[in-house]
Amino acid sequence: MTELTDLSLADARRALLNKEVSAVDLAKAQIAAIEQARALNAFIKETPEVALAMAADSDARIARGEAGPLEGVPLGIKDLYCTAGVQTTAASHILEGFTPAYESTVSANLWRDGAVMLGKLNLDEFAMGSSNETSYFGPVISPWRRVGSDAALVPGGSSGGSAAAVAARLCFGATATDTGGSIRQPAAFTGTVGIKPTYGRCSRWGIVAFASSLDQAGPIARTVRDAAILLRSMAGHDPKDTTSVDLPVPDYEAAVGRSIKGMKIGIPKEYRLDGMPAEIESLWSQGVEWLKAAGATIVDISLPHTRYALPAYYIVAPAEASSNLARYDGVRFGLRVPGKDIADMYESTRAAGFGKEVRRRILIGTYVLSAGYYDAYYVRAQKIRTLIKGDFESAFAAGVDAILTPATPSAAFGVGEKGSADPVEMYLNDIFTVTVNMAGLPGIAVPAGTSSEGLPLGLQLIGRAFDEETLFAAAEVIEQSAPKVSLPARWWA
Amino acid sequence: MSVDQATVRRIAHLARIKVNEDDVPHLQGELNAILAFVEELASVNVEGVEPMTSAMPVPMKKRADIVTDGDMADAIVANAPAVEDHFFVVPKVVE
Repeated sequence: MTELTDLSLADARRALLNKEVSAVDLAKAQIAAIEQARALNAFIKETPEVALAMAADSDARIARGEAGPLEGVPLGIKDLYCTAGVQTTAASHILEGFTPAYESTVSANLWRDGAVMLGKLNLDEFAMGSSNETSYFGPVISPWRRVGSDAALVPGGSSGGSAAAVAARLCFGATATDTGGSIRQPAAFTGTVGIKPTYGRCSRWGIVAFASSLDQAGPIARTVRDAAILLRSMAGHDPKDTTSVDLPVPDYEAAVGRSIKGMKIGIPKEYRLDGMPAEIESLWSQGVEWLKAAGATIVDISLPHTRYALPAYYIVAPAEASSNLARYDGVRFGLRVPGKDIADMYESTRAAGFGKEVRRRILIGTYVLSAGYYDAYYVRAQKIRTLIKGDFESAFAAGVDAILTPATPSAAFGVGEKGSADPVEMYLNDIFTVTVNMAGLPGIAVPAGTSSEGLPLGLQLIGRAFDEETLFAAAEVIEQSAPKVSLPARWWA
Repeated sequence: MSVDQATVRRIAHLARIKVNEDDVPHLQGELNAILAFVEELASVNVEGVEPMTSAMPVPMKKRADIVTDGDMADAIVANAPAVEDHFFVVPKVVE
């Protein structure tokens, strides 16, 4: 018999409803797996008591025939989501010990549907990073290793704890957030599925803000179907977030397995970078073949402003971050470092509370918004955003249903390997994912193969606004066509 | 464009983040690396292009101007580092 923790979310849900396993037993199996996996540092806070209490409630509801769509399914929550009565840190010293009195809308939606909380997952500080190395609580270590090596690898970021926990079977799925690639890049690095839905699909209320016009919540899961099940519960209109869109949430799971025959898939030539590793190039071609074999038509397209997306992102995101993070001043919550007057208290608190990457982005953001530079940087970047969005609109207007690209420019790298001398080296990880945030579109990363070193590689599908269903249908084709990757042996247990 | 050390100190003050003198040179280097990276944006023709103001074109939602929430002073001050009778306590601002 396979271990309980090896079940997919869909299978676990079925086993629960058929009373083959109780929610309490499922939670206990996950709690034990989490305790054995502390070497991965995936959790900032484990909440076994909360999990067992929620699971007991789930068992009672199942017994009464009142099970919700996620009844009894244990999940991990990225520690950027506020959880009532449970410490929420954004992986920052400045929020250490902060205990919200309220629950984020997206996590509340999951609990409404019966899910069980295992704990709060590690991330890059304030979701700023692509390797999970900027966390105040230490880096997350990927469960994956290169063949024949025991060097520690990064799980990607910022949702590195979410991706590592799902890949290592510590939870059946996890919440994540994506501002420039923070769901899709770690999913690609860990052989998991991650979807960033359309901007406005999920409420941002109660999620610690990084860059408000780019931030979007989404799930990381083991399969395309599991991601579809989770997104349906997470999504929905919320009057508390003015950017949340009042549209009905489709049954995403019904789109999994839907035929893609006759669908038009665009291949953007601008994503073919100079010096792109041959294995990324061949993974991409392989993806094209799989979609073709399933009946899709492949068309070459051009998205001419692609190369400007990442530089424009590094103006818009820090600018919004510098504004959002102004609230951490040592007065209402979080860390306070005493000073000789109030300005000194602010400055000392923020110097001690923010890590290097966060400080760097606040400074850049402050600079590009400062008098005399606002038009040259911020307004210009927002105009370029309009051009990037226009590129996608032209492609979709020409009949393209979805766009296929690589998810990342490489497989996972080693802890401490990148970005220490030049921050831009780390930023380049998001080269294929950031365009989607700039345009507000949905994007999904799905495992598609392995690197020469035996590490997972992912492909990305980009869709029309609010058409996540097409992404689930096409991603399922890739998942079914791709060779099954064998999970890493449990070296951490 | 690039920043000099005086500008690094000025923006750190604007951002209310204390920066040690020892940190200024490498912060200057890091900020200039990012500014060099975004420099190519200056070559894009943005003539007549509207800046994007929202990711999705939806009308701003409005609600009735009425009290919908409140009466939770304990919860609001619960996480504050220094509190007295439901007030946040800060260093003296007015002499």
